Parts: sequence; C-alpha cells; structure tokens
Amino acid sequence: MARTRVAPDFAVRRDTARCINCKACVRLCANGVHVWDEVAGAPVADESKCVGCHFCEEHCPTRALSIERAPAETTSGGHWTRSAIRGIGRQAETGGILLGAMGNDRPQMAYFDRLVLNAAQVTNPSIDPLREPMELKTFIGSRPDRIEIARGAGGRPRLGAPLPPLLEIETPIMFSAMSYGSISLNACRSLAGAAGEIGTCWNTGEGGLHPDLESCADRAIVQVASGRFGVTPEYLARAAAIEIKVGQGAKPGIGGHLPGGKVTEDVSRTRRIPVGSDAISPAPHHDIYSIEDLKQLIFALKEATRYSKPVGVKIAAVHNVASIAIGIVHAGADFIAIDGIRGGTGAAPSVIRDHVGIPIELALASVDQRLREEGLRHRVSIIAAGGIRSSADVLKAIALGADAVYIATAALVALGCHVCRTCYLGKCNWGIATQDPALTRRLNPEVGQTRAANLLRAWSHEIKEMLGGMGVNAIESVRGNRDHLRGVGLSQVELDLLGIKHAGSPW
Amino acid sequence: MVTAKAARRRRRVAVREEYCIGCRLCEVACVTRHSRSRDVVAAHKTESPRPGGGVRFEAAGPVSLAVSCRHCADPLCVEACLTGAMARDPGTGRVVHDPARCVGCWMCVMTCPTGVPRPDPAAHRLAFKCDLCGGDDLPACVAACPNAAAVLVEEDEP
Amino acid sequence: MLINVHRPSPVPDLDFKVPSGCGLTGLISQKGELLPGDAIYRSLCSMEERGNGLGAGYAAYGIYPDFAANRAFHLMCDTEDARRAAEAVLRRDCTIRHDEPIPTSPVKALKNIPVLWRYFLDIKPEAVERVGGGATEPDAVVRLVMEINRKVDGAFVFSSGRNMGIFKGVGNPEEIGEFFRIPAYRANVWIGHNRFPTNSVSWWGGAHPFGLLDWSLVHNGEISSYGTNRRYLESYGYWCTLQTDTEVMAYLFDLLVRRHGLDFDLAAQVMAAPFWTRIEREEDPEARRLSSALRAVYGGALVSGPFAVLVSDGKSLVGLNDRIKLRPLVAARKGSVSYIASEEAAIRCICPDPEALWMPDAGVPTVVTVEA
Repeated sequence: MARTRVAPDFAVRRDTARCINCKACVRLCANGVHVWDEVAGAPVADESKCVGCHFCEEHCPTRALSIERAPAETTSGGHWTRSAIRGIGRQAETGGILLGAMGNDRPQMAYFDRLVLNAAQVTNPSIDPLREPMELKTFIGSRPDRIEIARGAGGRPRLGAPLPPLLEIETPIMFSAMSYGSISLNACRSLAGAAGEIGTCWNTGEGGLHPDLESCADRAIVQVASGRFGVTPEYLARAAAIEIKVGQGAKPGIGGHLPGGKVTEDVSRTRRIPVGSDAISPAPHHDIYSIEDLKQLIFALKEATRYSKPVGVKIAAVHNVASIAIGIVHAGADFIAIDGIRGGTGAAPSVIRDHVGIPIELALASVDQRLREEGLRHRVSIIAAGGIRSSADVLKAIALGADAVYIATAALVALGCHVCRTCYLGKCNWGIATQDPALTRRLNPEVGQTRAANLLRAWSHEIKEMLGGMGVNAIESVRGNRDHLRGVGLSQVELDLLGIKHAGSPW
Repeated sequence: MVTAKAARRRRRVAVREEYCIGCRLCEVACVTRHSRSRDVVAAHKTESPRPGGGVRFEAAGPVSLAVSCRHCADPLCVEACLTGAMARDPGTGRVVHDPARCVGCWMCVMTCPTGVPRPDPAAHRLAFKCDLCGGDDLPACVAACPNAAAVLVEEDEP
Repeated sequence: MLINVHRPSPVPDLDFKVPSGCGLTGLISQKGELLPGDAIYRSLCSMEERGNGLGAGYAAYGIYPDFAANRAFHLMCDTEDARRAAEAVLRRDCTIRHDEPIPTSPVKALKNIPVLWRYFLDIKPEAVERVGGGATEPDAVVRLVMEINRKVDGAFVFSSGRNMGIFKGVGNPEEIGEFFRIPAYRANVWIGHNRFPTNSVSWWGGAHPFGLLDWSLVHNGEISSYGTNRRYLESYGYWCTLQTDTEVMAYLFDLLVRRHGLDFDLAAQVMAAPFWTRIEREEDPEARRLSSALRAVYGGALVSGPFAVLVSDGKSLVGLNDRIKLRPLVAARKGSVSYIASEEAAIRCICPDPEALWMPDAGVPTVVTVEA
C-alpha cells in the first residue's frame, strides 16, 4: 500500500515567543499531535493527527497555541467542495464507509433561523419575570381530554379518576439519549446530576443503568432499543419513563454499533454483554415489523411496570412522519420523541447522517397539526430533538407544537465538547466520548453537573424573558401557539407546512 | 487582625487524584504567582532563577497527582527546623518558610511525610515551599486547575 | 356600500384577531326580578373614555318570556339574499315558530347597518341525531351556528340562546342602545360592553357581547394565548371566525362548563390558573391533586394576557380577571342586585350607595347566581 495521501484538516499554530515549554500540550493530546522534540528542546506538532478538538488550545497557559482550518482549498469551484474531494480520497484509500459523528455538517436549512418570535407592546403589557411568576413546568405523557370531578364532603370538588402517569419537569428541556459506552460515566454522571438539580430528565440511551447512576434513576428516561442492552425488570422499574427507540435523526433506518474497544468491563456489566464484544443494535427491532408489533411492545412494557410510568417512542423525522406518529399514538404511546435531520450521534455513516430525514421544524409542525386534526393531540406529548442550539430554538419548537425538547449536542458542548465530530475514535480529549481512564478523568462530574445545570438554568431564564416579553406567564400558553411565530424569507409552501404567516402579516 | 476563631481554621490545598488530568498547569500557575513579573511568559522565559515550585507532581499511567503542602496542624518540618525559618503562622495556620533564616540543613526535607519541601542544592537552602499564595482568596494552583481537581480545603483544627 | 357582515379581511384567511381595550358592566337580580334596561344603558354610557365608537353591545336575559322554550337566534346579514340563504339552512335543521326584524329606532350616526332579524325556533330531533356520538340539542345548535358563520357568505348568527338576546353593533353605547331600544327591555341579568378596538377594522359582528347558546360574554383585554386556545378549541369542533380573541373565552366557557361539567370556580381555575407556587402551598392533598390535574389536562385552555371578563348563562353572572389582574374589575351588591364593572363609577352611577363594594382578586371568579 502506498503512503496515505490525506492532507491534514487542521494547522497547529504555535507562537514560539509565548511557548514556555511546559509540555501541557504534549501530555494532554490523546491523538499524539504534540510531541516533545528532545533535540530541539521544544514541542513539535504532527498536524495529520489533529481532529480539531481545541483541547490543547484551551489548556495552553500562555495562549501560544491556536488550531486553525488547514487552508488547502481546491481551485475546482463550488460544486467540488473540499469535503467531497477529501471523502473520495479517504474512500479510495480504505474502500470503506465514511464515518461521521455529532450532527449533520451540511448546510441543511435551519428553519429555526428563519422564524422570529413576537413581543407585546401597549395593548398587552409585557410581564417582568423578575417581579412576576413565570412558569415553565411541563408534563410529559398521555392525558384524558377532560377531568372527572367528584364531590367530597361539603361539596368540595376532587379528582374523580386519577390521571394516567405523567412525567413532571420544571423546564421543557431534557437531555436526550446518550448511552454509557458512547459517552463516559463521568459524562453520564454530569447530565444525570444536572437533570436532578434542575428537575428535568436525562436519558440512558441504550446503555443500561450503571450502578453509580441508580440514585439518579428517578429522573431517568430509560431506553429500550433494538439491541435490548441493559434491559432488566429493575432497569424498567427504577426509571421515570421508558422510551422505545425506533430511530434516530442522525441515522434514520440504520442501527448502532459500539466498537468492542469501548466495551470495557464496566460497560459490559451495565449492558450485560461480554467485555470487548461489539455492541450491535440492529437496524429494526427484530420483534417490531409492524405497528401492531410496536403496540405489543408498548403494552408489554406498561404491563411490566404496572402502568406506573409513561412509555414513549422515539423516531427519526422522515417523510411521512405525521402518519407514523398517528399510528404510534394508536399503538398506545404516551409520548413521541421526533429527532430531525440535524440530530447528533456518536457514530454514523456520514452519507446517512447528512442526507436522510427531514428538518425537525417541518416534522414537528406536521405531526402537531395532524394529531390535532385527528383529535389525538391530548393523548400524547411531543418531544422535539435534533439540532436545538439555544433557548430561542427551544421556544420556537414549543410554539410550533412541541411539549418539550431534547438536547444532546448542546449538553455535551456545555461539558466541554467542541464538536470535532470524531467521537467514534474513542479518544475524546474532553473525557466525554471515551472510555479511556486517562481521558474520562478529565471530566470532573461535579464540574460537568454544574455546567450542564447552568446551561438549563440560563436557557430557562432566557425563555422566561421571552415569555414575559410576549405577555405570557406560563409556557403552556405558547405551546402550539404559532401566532407568536412569523417566517422570514420562506416560501408559501414552507409557511403553510409550518402553519405560520410571513413576518409583516398582522394577526 | 485575625480573630481567635479564624486562628483555629486550617487551610490547605488538596488534590483529588481521580480528577487530576496531569496537565501540570498548577505548576505553571505557581511559578507565575511567585515570580517578580507575575507574567506567565516572562516568569518562565526570562526570570532567573525561576521562582516557585510549591506544587510537586507525580504520575504513573493514567494516574497523576499534584502534591502540595498540607499545612499540618502540628508540622514536623517546624519542629525539626533549627533556625525557625519554618514556622506556623498562628493567625492563618499557614506553614511558611523564611529564606533569610534558612541555613539549608534540610531537616524539613527529611521529616515531611508527604515530601513537599524540596532542596535547592545550588543555593544550599530550601528552594521553595507552598505559602498558600499569601493572602490571595484562592491559591494560584487552585484557580488554574481546569478540572477542579485542586481544591482549597478549610477545616477546623481537631 | 360597505359590506359589514362579510368579515373584512386584510388577510385572506379568518384566523386572525383584533386586540382591543374596553369597558364592561353587568348586573343581576338574585331574586330573578326584571331590571329595566335603562340601568345598564346609563352604567355603560358612563365609561365613555373606555370606547372609541367602534363597537358597543348588550346582552339581556329573560326578555322573551313568550318564547321562553324556543331558541332565539339573532342574525345579521349583508343582504336580504344572505338572510334567505341562512334561513334555508335554519329551515333544514329547525322548526321556526316565529321570525321578525329585530326592532330598531333610527340613529343617524350609525352606518352600514346590516339586515337584523330574529328567529324563534326549535332544533329538529333529526338534526341532533345527525351530529351523532350521543350529541344533545346544544351540540346541534353549536354545529348549526358554526356552519352558518363559516359557510353562509354574508350571514352571521350572533345570539343563539333561550329567552335571551344579544344586541350589538359598530357605534358608541348611546347609539347602539338607542338603536336597539335597550332601555325598553327588562331582564334579570344584563351585560354591557363598550369597545376600544386597537385596529380600525371593525364590523358589526366583531362587537361584544359574544354569544353561543345561552352564553354571553364581554371582555376587556388581549389574549396572548389566543393561538394556543384557538387550536385547542378547534380539536373540540369550535372554529374561531370572528376575528377577535374574545371569542375563545366564550367557547372555553361552553366547553368547560357545559360540556365538561366544571363549575365556574373550576373553569376559572383552568382559565386563570393558580400559580404553581400557590398549588404547592395547598395543604389539602386532594385539592392539590385536583389543581395539578386541571393544569396538566387543560393547559391549552389557560388564558394568558391581561383580561377582565363578564360572562353569563342566564342563571349566573360571573366576573373573572387574569392571573395577575392586569385589567380592572370592581364588584358591588345592594339588596338582591349585584354589580360587576370595569369602574366603580359605572356602578355608583346606577347604585350610589352599595352595601358592599370590593375589588375581586386576580384569577378568583366572582359568581352571583339567581336563587332557584
């Protein structure tokens, strides 16, 4: 085999006038980019190994380092982009599928960026969230369409029939599924701790429930995915809710694969598979080949947990997502999580991540509308996922019809992730997407919990400010309230699909 | 003026091994803090002799640990010091070293159970020992630790 | 001629709203005595600065004793043709006992007066059956009203209760009161409204009170949760066609009180829900469970934004404020007559020496019911 012909993606710039030869970069880079040159008495860099995680840059005490995009642009014009050419180059080398991680890196239309929110002026006073209560409490689960009232002593009203089990969260933002295995235990600890601190939920993914996380299980949504890893009666019993994972926005239609290298002894115990074996989640659930099968699984899980907690289904946003959602409601699901084309992952074929599925905004709008038309909206909660970057994205998703959102990439970024998209290498310098004990210790879960909780706190704060600005003091008054949204620069077809008017239109 | 109550508080830097990532930025910060310029580049590149060294670093495989003075309640180094160069400040509880009084007997090096004081053979005296960065709110090593492995512990004396 | 009943539409679809500010007043005799229309007329006219001449209206209960068992439908139509088209729909579903123009007096200032007609009718049993699903007569009425208002061009049913009627139009309270001869009616519950729309689009049907079945409702405020409430109501078959946010309040009362069987206190707990901090302080676990359940189930019916409403079903007069009382509401009582209005002055001008006068708290309904 001839020498690898792939040029580096990044350039490592080192300001030698500032470098104090402290060797922090040498000690810290798990990819072996920085090497101490004994002869020169200075660090040197092998740029071909750099993944652009910026760990060295952020830890260099003198700010001598900067990691930049390698400037090797081609002359071939817009269509033959650098990434297209590099992809072909890599495939010519290896003959394999190109792997990617995190979210879509194509310029897929972010409709969130074309939506603007409303505010109150004069006729309707805005409300100051520093002076007045501003409520974000949200319930996830199926609800009856009306309440039965019974009369107690002295005619006092009381609840005639108990409500179905509901998940109560203090802010409409939850952490999306990320398994122990795909991320480190310290990352799981950080998110689970933050969820408990704020009063929202985290999600085990298909990683099982590690003993260290059992204390956080009352805030855990546990996944039952096609590999059934880690699923035990106790796992189901301890959880706050159960999520059947059918699909994921980053890789609709395909399964998952945790390389054996990440299946350490601890991961193997949690997932209940042998150490070092690849954990392969099949593309379909091999016991779900139709909606009736899904219904059986939903009710098997409800039976197993004595109807004590919501059972939902997570799907990728695909073309006929609205009809699928209706089927899922009829199958008895209490919530539907919809993951859009910008959703992230620890590893997926890039071609699928980048080209399969539809944007969450369109999927969400059409699911919410169809469920209302069918009179089913109260029977199910909708959780929107896939590329939520800010509190504005959260509020826009809720105005389009979501009950709550899932965030994952944003949560990892709060923990330190710089979205270098090489999670599948297992060498995450930030201690997140790795099981290497030298690396996982880099994420102190106390620090991680504080940072993740701070993110939720900050976004919740911002949402309250936006609500107050709209003259609203409870999140439910914005839920599905598309009057508070306007589109900018969207076609009539897009506006109709989103159920909104163009900016400049009156009420 | 330090109150009697404060005098019974003991402050020290503790490093939690499980979160020490081996970057040694605590060392860099210590040197910088105890330099004349307090500038990280100048402290390391131009100042001579290089100041600081209050944190000592040990590593084996994935395990690494920064070790610094525990500012013991009954410090053996103080007991062993011939000249009174090593002394415990009754106000703050800090164990401090006065280079002007040090004769380089290195008894402190011999007695310290955690191996904190280090000799400076060239100058034939003690090189440096942790002074908790004088009156700073946070010692420099604690402030510089990127993973909150180094923490300032304040505890009542037994 | 300007067409009034055909809703003016700056945008082609119907689902938009016109915010407005307003004055409200209402009175009720708990003994069921008939109170002359003169009182509500004077009370409403006293709040001149709360309107801008772009809408006023009255609702009166007990005014049609001769047809007390029949539905009284008030229609406004652009043209005679539109009225006949609506009448054809009525005849399909109803037996008409009597019909006549709504009596009016000429008032020079009023413009673009539509054809105003009232029908006293009964819904045919087969029309109720056609609704299906265990529907009752009121469900068929709702469906019929929605059908005419959505589908019959230029015709609009603005009152559909029994032994009650709504009278409203574009004008100030004096003009509309004189036009409909309000002082001549006698009713045991009265509601009045003086409108200050913040949008020049105004049409006769857009004035308050809003009515459906025996409900009448007047509103001061702006409903920031309109989009949520509208879409929530659509899933129960209510279509908002009136270009004003007030409509959702009327439909919410109908859904919650008539169809879901909540009393006014519980309906108020849904629309102006207590804050979670208050619910969590509630010591009685049963009450706490009920309050939480109401919020969890009826989130789509929570009304956000500043409002004061008066609503009646003929048996009760109810005043309700938003959760943080961003709009005024005053209540008073003397003998068997109770008053609720936007301003104390509007009460004192017809009842100078009330026995009690108070400011209802935010989100707490004031319910006055006729003694059985």
